[in-house]
Amino acid sequence: MNDQVAIFAKDLVKRFKTRSGAVDAVNGVTLQVRRGETYGLIGPDGAGKTTTTRVILGLLKRTAGKSSILGYDSMHDTYEIRERVGYIAQQFALPGDLTVMENMRFFADVQGVSRDEQRRRIPELLDFAGLSDFTNRLGSQLSGGMKKKLALACSLVHEPQVVLLDEPTLGVDPVSRREFWNLLGNLRAEKGLTIFVCTPYMDEAERCNWVGLMYQGKLVAHDSPETVKKMVPGRLLEFTPSNFVPAWRLIPGLDGVLEVQTYGAMLHVFVDDPDGRRNEIEHALAAQGITCEGMREIEPRMEEAFISLIERQSGRQMEETRDAV
Amino acid sequence: MSEYTIEVHDLTKRFGDFTAVDRINFSVRRGEIYGWLGPNGAGKTTTIRMLLGLLKITEGSAQVLGYDPTTQAKTLHARVGYMSQLFTLYNDLTAYENIRFYGQAYGLSRSELARRQAEIIEMAGLQGRENELTANLSGGWKQRLALGCAIVHRPQVVFLDEPTAGVDPISRREFWGLIYAMAKKGVTVMVTTHYMDEAELCQRVGFISRGKLVALDTPGRLKQTQMRGHVLEIGCDDSEAAMRILLAAKEAGALPLDEVALYGAQIHAVVPDAELFKQPVWDFLVGEGIRVNDVVWIAPTLEDVFISAVTA
Repeated sequence: MNDQVAIFAKDLVKRFKTRSGAVDAVNGVTLQVRRGETYGLIGPDGAGKTTTTRVILGLLKRTAGKSSILGYDSMHDTYEIRERVGYIAQQFALPGDLTVMENMRFFADVQGVSRDEQRRRIPELLDFAGLSDFTNRLGSQLSGGMKKKLALACSLVHEPQVVLLDEPTLGVDPVSRREFWNLLGNLRAEKGLTIFVCTPYMDEAERCNWVGLMYQGKLVAHDSPETVKKMVPGRLLEFTPSNFVPAWRLIPGLDGVLEVQTYGAMLHVFVDDPDGRRNEIEHALAAQGITCEGMREIEPRMEEAFISLIERQSGRQMEETRDAV
Repeated sequence: MSEYTIEVHDLTKRFGDFTAVDRINFSVRRGEIYGWLGPNGAGKTTTIRMLLGLLKITEGSAQVLGYDPTTQAKTLHARVGYMSQLFTLYNDLTAYENIRFYGQAYGLSRSELARRQAEIIEMAGLQGRENELTANLSGGWKQRLALGCAIVHRPQVVFLDEPTAGVDPISRREFWGLIYAMAKKGVTVMVTTHYMDEAELCQRVGFISRGKLVALDTPGRLKQTQMRGHVLEIGCDDSEAAMRILLAAKEAGALPLDEVALYGAQIHAVVPDAELFKQPVWDFLVGEGIRVNDVVWIAPTLEDVFISAVTA
């Protein structure tokens, strides 16, 4: 095993038995996270992100394939993994009847951190998380964002080399989300920590070195954010048609149109040649009495890339039912 | 009737000593999609609950469709819809039964209910699944069914409180298609969300912070007027090392950096003026032994603007 690899999975499968048969929550996932890297496992609810994380951690038994952290096998070397890895479970709740300081001590004790070490590390971590002024506040009295930061500080108390964070920013507002990601960035820059994070937020992918896009148990992409964004077909035109549904029906049949996505009152049209095709689209719509407002070329974001990848690989098509409203 | 379907004057809500909503003023036009954004605990839901007549107004006034929510709540409820992030559907009822339950609660006639059932099933894309238990539907279907139930009585104003939490990107896009279709028919939509790409889809956006309205405009104009400083995107060979250097420079006051953050392989730094500080930032990094590839002044995202406005 290469020393540079912190997290490794090959052809990983996790099958759950159900009443009507079996479902592969993780269906042949192969991924690799290098040391010091921030890896984002991105995907909607139910894509299999949590199951993948729990199998890699050894909390769930894998059905097939291989998985390891720092070269330690997920299923056989659980003690070694626990010593070296931090984890925040999804919707993890800290004991609300303990203060911030008591929470830190509790997690330190559980991880077997000596009292001397605790005296050094805990103030450092609380300072890093911006919680130094709240050491006596009860967990239940903290804001959502502060709870998340405390959970992160607790997961780092045994100085792990790798942390796995399962939707650590779920339900917190954009300000707290930004603060949390700034902390992760600082950990990456200052400590070289390897960070594996699951998130339903596409924009958080931009803050990772590497992202895996997961959908229905499979990785539909696994690359740098820049490369994933380039996986969309062609270039992207955005505009608002005066009559939405007829435009949405007409455009996919035009020459050079590779894909169409809806965005509120706007259409996102992927074309082979934006300069040439924009006039053709305008003319084709004008022939039907439809005008286009604000036509311009835009840079695809992670979300456009993700939608495009899902539609191409799973056959899941965007439904258009707005006529029924 | 007035051009405005929601009008709020000096709206205030106090819980004991705590002012949750503090003298807020805004108006929403008929058929407008109005985004109501703020950090958790800023007063978003409290505002909506006052507009629905579910919470008593402490001071100031509000009118929805010309009705006073405090004294005319019942009349109002027949004309407004409300969907909360919890998708208040009955999981042990089928899709059909949920629509019927809400339709009956709103006192729809038998023939009107039959018509609405068909329309909502089509809108939610649930043809063929009418008799499936709601518990077995995926997030996107549940979400559209919940919207259908919230508008079963054809309300003129709809309040959506984080309606898209936890559904996949395709379903969120489909949902926003429905929001636009409602607005086009003249329904006023007031919506809260934590997704900034959805805020971009609102015609106007109000930012609320600690109970106060701190900014209100179109997303485009907010980006021009509300951002303190400019965002520089820095590309260099060793972004972790560059980040350490910039954090230290910020701490020591060597560079006027408002925020420094890693974005994948790039660094975003907020400076007072991009033209003025682009070169000094570049030179500083080079002086510390970093190979800089480029420093670009980039447009702020609505999230940058939001954070700037609510942390002022």
